[in-house]
Amino acid sequence: MSATAETLDRLIKQDYKPGFVTELETDTLPPGLNEDVIRAISKKKNEPEFMLEWRLSAYRHWLTMMEPHWAFVEYAPVDYQAISYYSAPKTTDHPKSLDEVDPKLLETYNKLGIPLYEQEKLAGVAVDAVFDSVSVATTFKDKLAQAGVIFCSMSEAIEKHPDLVRQYLGSVVPAGDNFFAALNSAVFSDGSFVYIPKGVRCPMELSTYFRINAAKTGQFERTLIVADEGSYVSYLEGCTAPMRDENQLHAAVVELVALEGAQIKYSTVQNWYPGDEEGRGGIYNFVTKRGDCRGARSKISWTQVETGSAITWKYPSCILRGDDSVGEFYSVAVTNHRQQADTGTKMIHIGKNTKSTIISKGISAGRAQNSYRGLVKILKSAENARNYTQCDSLLIGDRCGAHTFPYIEVKQPSAQVEHEATTSKISEDQLFFCQQRGLSAEDAVSMIVNGFCKQVFKELPMEFAVEAQALLGISLEGSVG
Amino acid sequence: MNTLLRIENLHARVDGKAILKGIDLTVKPGEVHAIMGPNGSGKSTLSNVLAGRSGYEVTEGTVTYRGQNLLDQPPEQRAREGVFLAFQYPVEIPGVSNIYLLKAAYNAIRRHRGLNEVDALDFLKLVKEKTRMVDLDEQFLYRGVNEGFSGGEKKRNEILQMAILEPTLCILDETDSGLDIDALKVVANGVNALRSPERAFILVTHYQRLLDYIKPDHVHVLAHGRIVRSGDASLAHELERKGYGWIEAAAAGA
Repeated sequence: MSATAETLDRLIKQDYKPGFVTELETDTLPPGLNEDVIRAISKKKNEPEFMLEWRLSAYRHWLTMMEPHWAFVEYAPVDYQAISYYSAPKTTDHPKSLDEVDPKLLETYNKLGIPLYEQEKLAGVAVDAVFDSVSVATTFKDKLAQAGVIFCSMSEAIEKHPDLVRQYLGSVVPAGDNFFAALNSAVFSDGSFVYIPKGVRCPMELSTYFRINAAKTGQFERTLIVADEGSYVSYLEGCTAPMRDENQLHAAVVELVALEGAQIKYSTVQNWYPGDEEGRGGIYNFVTKRGDCRGARSKISWTQVETGSAITWKYPSCILRGDDSVGEFYSVAVTNHRQQADTGTKMIHIGKNTKSTIISKGISAGRAQNSYRGLVKILKSAENARNYTQCDSLLIGDRCGAHTFPYIEVKQPSAQVEHEATTSKISEDQLFFCQQRGLSAEDAVSMIVNGFCKQVFKELPMEFAVEAQALLGISLEGSVG
Repeated sequence: MNTLLRIENLHARVDGKAILKGIDLTVKPGEVHAIMGPNGSGKSTLSNVLAGRSGYEVTEGTVTYRGQNLLDQPPEQRAREGVFLAFQYPVEIPGVSNIYLLKAAYNAIRRHRGLNEVDALDFLKLVKEKTRMVDLDEQFLYRGVNEGFSGGEKKRNEILQMAILEPTLCILDETDSGLDIDALKVVANGVNALRSPERAFILVTHYQRLLDYIKPDHVHVLAHGRIVRSGDASLAHELERKGYGWIEAAAAGA
């Protein structure tokens, strides 16, 4: 092994910084899944009857389904009866303001670099924080309420805005959409709900932080964002978890609905615990994210920076139903050590003159496997539809893999579809050049990778672009050979 | 006068093959040394060993730079201590703007020397001034490092980096190769402008042409991994007339 490879190797072996555990008393259901567990979850949350029925029918459907295995990932089987489906910090019974939130919880968020108070006062970012299964604090509620924006936990939305929930929940990702979405529909415990009224431009960035803390629990949050006609919202989610030896399941569902002329920008910085160097522990991130451009001239943009999780199985998608609607997917997926990611997007063109753009940057280091899987489907009705796909892979070292699985189905002859793909490697020459100019190997790798990802980072809201760059540096340090 | 760089009996291997077989060279501040020699004589190996590139194994000998063992230091430390290598084939780094790299390098070196980092505005002022010196358009600052640059632009970019980082020992590894006469003049003017009593240059070159524009104090001829002949600038002219054959033959016979 050359000196450079050794340096890189050392660099890769960085610790996972958010890997601490917070000692809290929790209200946790015993492991196992059956109809009684679902009834218990629904009861804990004081849900109306229609929600319980919805959950139960999802559960019954789930029982008939098989876990999918078509993704290019390998993992030990998940024992769905060994997971606890509900865990909540005991002290968080309906906090009315931040002052009522358990100080230990707030400290956890501070450690993660999300001081809620600070955020409230300085950054102008409204934050909803989900700890294990429940939402603990939502900042900026009043200011948002003045604009007519609803931003609250899903539980609160079910309680206070049942009509909206009933109208939109499951309208993009139906309860029986896929194995993990069905499981989520049956047991989801919390998540965020956003409604932007007609013509309103949401006055600030909305943000959710998800944190899995308790052991042997799954996290199943459900997010629903509805942008009414002519409205605009930018939303960011961030995720972390403690380091644990066992794998933990995260099966979330995110649904976006953009009505006529509305725009939703959804950004994710995902840093779930990726497992250790040998692949022990880490989060299984099996997530269904889908946006529906339901109205004409609507637009949905997904931007994701994925650095964590042992296994990622995730395809944020757009259904371009409205004429002239636009779908975008910008992704940076980083895998290191034994991480495996099978991620990409689906762009389903239904309306006329619909446009989609896919920019995917996969970075693979250590012994990781990184796959892009994307579907561009242009239906007969989608006259003059256009898609542009660019799919770049960067390899660091010689034991990792990058794979591309593009699927293109075109049923409309006037459509234009472009696909470009490249694979490159951080070369010893690049690294040596940077070192010869005085940069450390760490800084050099981080700079080269950031350059590779630039197209995606510029799509992130300013406040988070910096965070994403720093995260990338941490995740990747030490990866060239 | 102090010695800046002292190379003694340096032997080095690449892929198990001996390339340098006992180099001795002493460089004092302010001097310009030209190292000439035919292809395969070990010129680039010498440059790379001095800069600390991996894959070059030193088997014998010492290199002392400013009184310190240079060979012990990782490449970035050598750079921060003032050793600069202008590359024969400058690499491209897509997406990383030239000015970003320059600022990161400049500040890394300043930190090492216990100086404050400069902010973007002051740095821009400095860079613009130096950019004019090497006759590069300012737009090159905002393009990816060497991304889509012509051969001449890449070499001028190397000189720009050298002008900004202000090293103590500049090693130019066949910087003249592939340059047309105008680009060669720009590179030479850049080097001449940077000549100072504190700074030394090692010009590694195959041709005498560069030395028409940068006048060396010493010329060394490298053959079969050894310096077989040293002299003043006139040696370069002699080589130009006679070629390398006679010196190689003499070295082989020695």
